[in-house]
Formats: sequence, C-alpha cells, structure tokens
Amino acid sequence: MKFLIGLHINPTVLDALTDAEKTALGAGHGAFIEALKESGELILTQALADPSQAAVVSVRNGQPAVTDGPFLESKEYLGGFYLIDCESKERAIELAAQIPDAAIEGLGVEVRQVMFSDGTLEA
Amino acid sequence: MTTAAVEDLLRELTPQVLGGLVRRHGQFEGCEDAVQEAAAAAAVQWPADGVPDSPRGWLMTVASRRLIDQIRSDHARRERELAIAAEAPPEEAPGADDTLVLLFLCCHPTLTAASQTALTLRAVGGLTTAEIARAFLVPEATMAARISRAKQRIKAAGSTFSLPADAEREERLQVVLHVLYLIFNEGYTASSGRELDRPDLAREAIRLARMVRAQLPEDGEVTGLLALMLLTHARREARTTRSGDLVPLDEQDRTRWDRALIAEGTELAKASLAGPALGPYQLQAAIAATHADATTAGETDWPQVHAAYLILERIAPNPMVTLNRAVALAETEGPRAGLALLATLDGDERMAGHHRLLSVRAHLLEKAGDTAGAYEHYRRAARSTASLAEQRYLESRASRVRP
Repeated sequence: MKFLIGLHINPTVLDALTDAEKTALGAGHGAFIEALKESGELILTQALADPSQAAVVSVRNGQPAVTDGPFLESKEYLGGFYLIDCESKERAIELAAQIPDAAIEGLGVEVRQVMFSDGTLEA
Repeated sequence: MTTAAVEDLLRELTPQVLGGLVRRHGQFEGCEDAVQEAAAAAAVQWPADGVPDSPRGWLMTVASRRLIDQIRSDHARRERELAIAAEAPPEEAPGADDTLVLLFLCCHPTLTAASQTALTLRAVGGLTTAEIARAFLVPEATMAARISRAKQRIKAAGSTFSLPADAEREERLQVVLHVLYLIFNEGYTASSGRELDRPDLAREAIRLARMVRAQLPEDGEVTGLLALMLLTHARREARTTRSGDLVPLDEQDRTRWDRALIAEGTELAKASLAGPALGPYQLQAAIAATHADATTAGETDWPQVHAAYLILERIAPNPMVTLNRAVALAETEGPRAGLALLATLDGDERMAGHHRLLSVRAHLLEKAGDTAGAYEHYRRAARSTASLAEQRYLESRASRVRP
C-alpha cells in the first residue's frame, strides 16, 4: 500500500528551535531515510522551497493570472513529503511516528493513502 | 587505485573473463551482457572500495551470477508467452521438490507479507526485480532493497535448505498458500494506476499454485486454493467494462465466463471437499463453484452459498465472512435479515468505516427500498475506498438512487 506522509511545517516553530535541535531534526530525517531505503519501503522523498517562493496560478476567461505566495493563508504549510510503500496503514502510522517532526509541538505529520499513480517511479 | 587505472585493468580483464565464461556456458550474447554488467559494477565499486585480491575471479563470479539471473528471467518470459501455461495442466518439472523447499524458504515467517511475495516471485517465479517492481508499481531500487533485506533475514534466521518438520510444515504451508493468494489478488484487483507493462500476477499465482499442488496433491487446501483461483480467474473478462468500470457479479455477462477454467475449477473444488479436513480455501472455492454453476444471477443457489459461509464463519471467524454471509442471507430471507446481521458488525473495530461494510449496507438498503439511506451509504463508501474503479462504481450506484 502506498502512502504519502505530508510534513506540515510552521516556520515560527522551526525558528524557535535551538541549533542543537535543528541539527537533531536533520539527523533524524537522515536516519529515517536510510532505514526506509534499507527496508525497501521508500519510494521518494522531497523537501519543498519556502512558501514565499510559491506561485498560485489561475485561469479566468482563458487568461492566466499568477499570484505570488502560498495558496493557503495559514501558519503551517507543506514543507515536504515521504512517498512510501508498506504493508498496511498501521505500518505507515508506525513509520510516521519515527519522523522527528512528530515529536515537535506545532509540526504536523499527516498520513494519506495513495489512490492513483502514474508516471515514472524512478526518482 | 584511481578511476582511470581501474578502467585500464577492466579493459584488460574483461575479454579474459568473457572467454572463460563462454567456454563454460556457451551463449555468447548472454555472457557478454553479464560481463558488461559485472564490469560496470566494478567500475563503480573498485575506485571506492579498493580492488579485490583477485579482480579476475571477482569479475568471473559476478558475471556468472548475472548470467544465471538472466537465464532465469528469459525462462520467466518464455513462461509468460505461453500464457496458456496457467490454464493447461502443468508438466512435471524435474527436481520439483527443490522448488517446494525454495517456496517454503521464500515464505519464511520472519518476513513481512510484502517481502514474502517479492521473494517468491523472484526466486520461484523467475521474475526479474524490475518486473516485480512494475507489478507492484514501486521503483526498482525499492523492490531491490526489499528483496535484499528479505534474503538477509532468511540468512540471519539460520534457515537450512530443507522442508520444515511435520509439525511446523502445516503452519508454514498456510503461509505459502496465503502468499500465493496475495499474489493472485494483487493481479486480480490491480487497484491503482496503469495496467500497461505489468506482469500478469494472477496467471503467475495460478502457475505457482499448480506447482504446489503437483507436489502435495492430497492436501485439500492446496487444491481448494487452486480451484478458487481458477474459478475467480474465469470471470475476469466479465468483471470490468472496456473502459475499466467494475461490473458486479449479478450484472456480469455470464457468457463471457471462461467455461474451461470453470470446469477445471469446479472439479478441483469437488475433489478438495472429498478429503477429511475442511479449510477456508475449500469453502471459498465451493462458493465460487456455486456461483459459476448458475447460468443467470437469478438461478444462484443462495441457500447453498449461505450454508457455506455459515461453516466458513465457524471454522475461520472473520468480519469479512460475516459481511459476505449477510449478502447471501439477504437473498434467502430478504434485505432486512441481511441488514440485521450487518448490525452485529457495528461494534467491530476492524470494520469501523470500512468501505465494504458501507457498500454492502448501501446495497441492502437499496434492496429494502430505503433509497435515502442507500444514497448516503454509497456516498460514504465511495469516500472510504482507496480504489478508483471501486469509487467510480459506488458513485454510479449513488447516482442511481439519488433522492
């Protein structure tokens, strides 16, 4: 079963972390990625650039319009994701709990099952 | 050693290795490919890890392994081209005892089901890692890691290449059958994405089940599982429309069912029931045979289907079985009786919010004339499923009863 684990990030929360905590966060993701690769459960993981760099595109009457900044006006935004293939939803939740963000108040780790896939799976 | 020096060494060694390999195996083309791959691996590993003590021996070993992999994969391709292989009685393969041992090893209880299926397809089914990856819609690297981890686990468990002792054998056989069932289901339901280029896992599972049965012809559950697969596979053409929409059993064009598979499956199902013990696969095969026996949905012997589910519920209690029994009960005693049985599942947390419970309830509410309730439950079921085809089907049912 494929799941997307979305990492919802709050910049204020991240900024408030000490340097040591930031380092531990990075190392935690590194170790998590290695473990997922080794178990054969990782499909792909990506981190996204800052939401200030986002562009929201709409087309009205055939005319495209572009607005700078994120679509959602929220304190949290999608900072990255893990796309995994694992045994069950229970296992996906067990894996999500190993992501360091899950232990930090104000950061969101969300598990969503994949319903349709297409395109090359080679990252 | 620098990368350039390694490349020089490889240029010198590869023709020697290739010569040696062809002398031993023939098949120049295959050997050449294998040596190429071995050299490519060396070009990456040696500059980083150091040149092995005997570089020539290293290349020879690696290339021989690649060659064997390739022979296996060609064999698997040939097997699939002979698509009828799944339908025709199998040939007795020499040394088939070893294959059964291998199958038990691949279905080692320390492995997850995903690893068991992957390893079985590779080691017993002869599929390449790339083919298995395509079948499960994951990157090849993911599948390669999974297979490699599985092999390490088996090694760590200290397994020997022999059949488990009697007491353990029955338990392990259950795991083997479950793995074959999972492979079949993956091929049968093919829940997400494109179907293009995907190996036919349903056929592969049938081929493997035939192989196990050739080894254990007296085992009722082995025969039952093969019968269940054949009877389910027989409906394949009828269960989806050309555009991929699901067609429920009672609306299928039964003239499109494969009569040869039904005949074989029915005979096997009967044969399996003649034995001393009764297991879940035998009962499910018996139910599938009863459906196959009805020329139209209206002629289905529902009392017999219900009786089989009742026994199944007793020997292998499971909310899914109760769910299916509710469908049969609704046919024999009316939708309200089916709904009453469904109500007993409401407290079962394994079924909480499960789309099958919601869709069966919707179906029975529709039969009972409660269109508003049916509409609501079809909609909720559509939101709960992770299968696009099922979602489309449930949405279309919802539209039909929209108040």
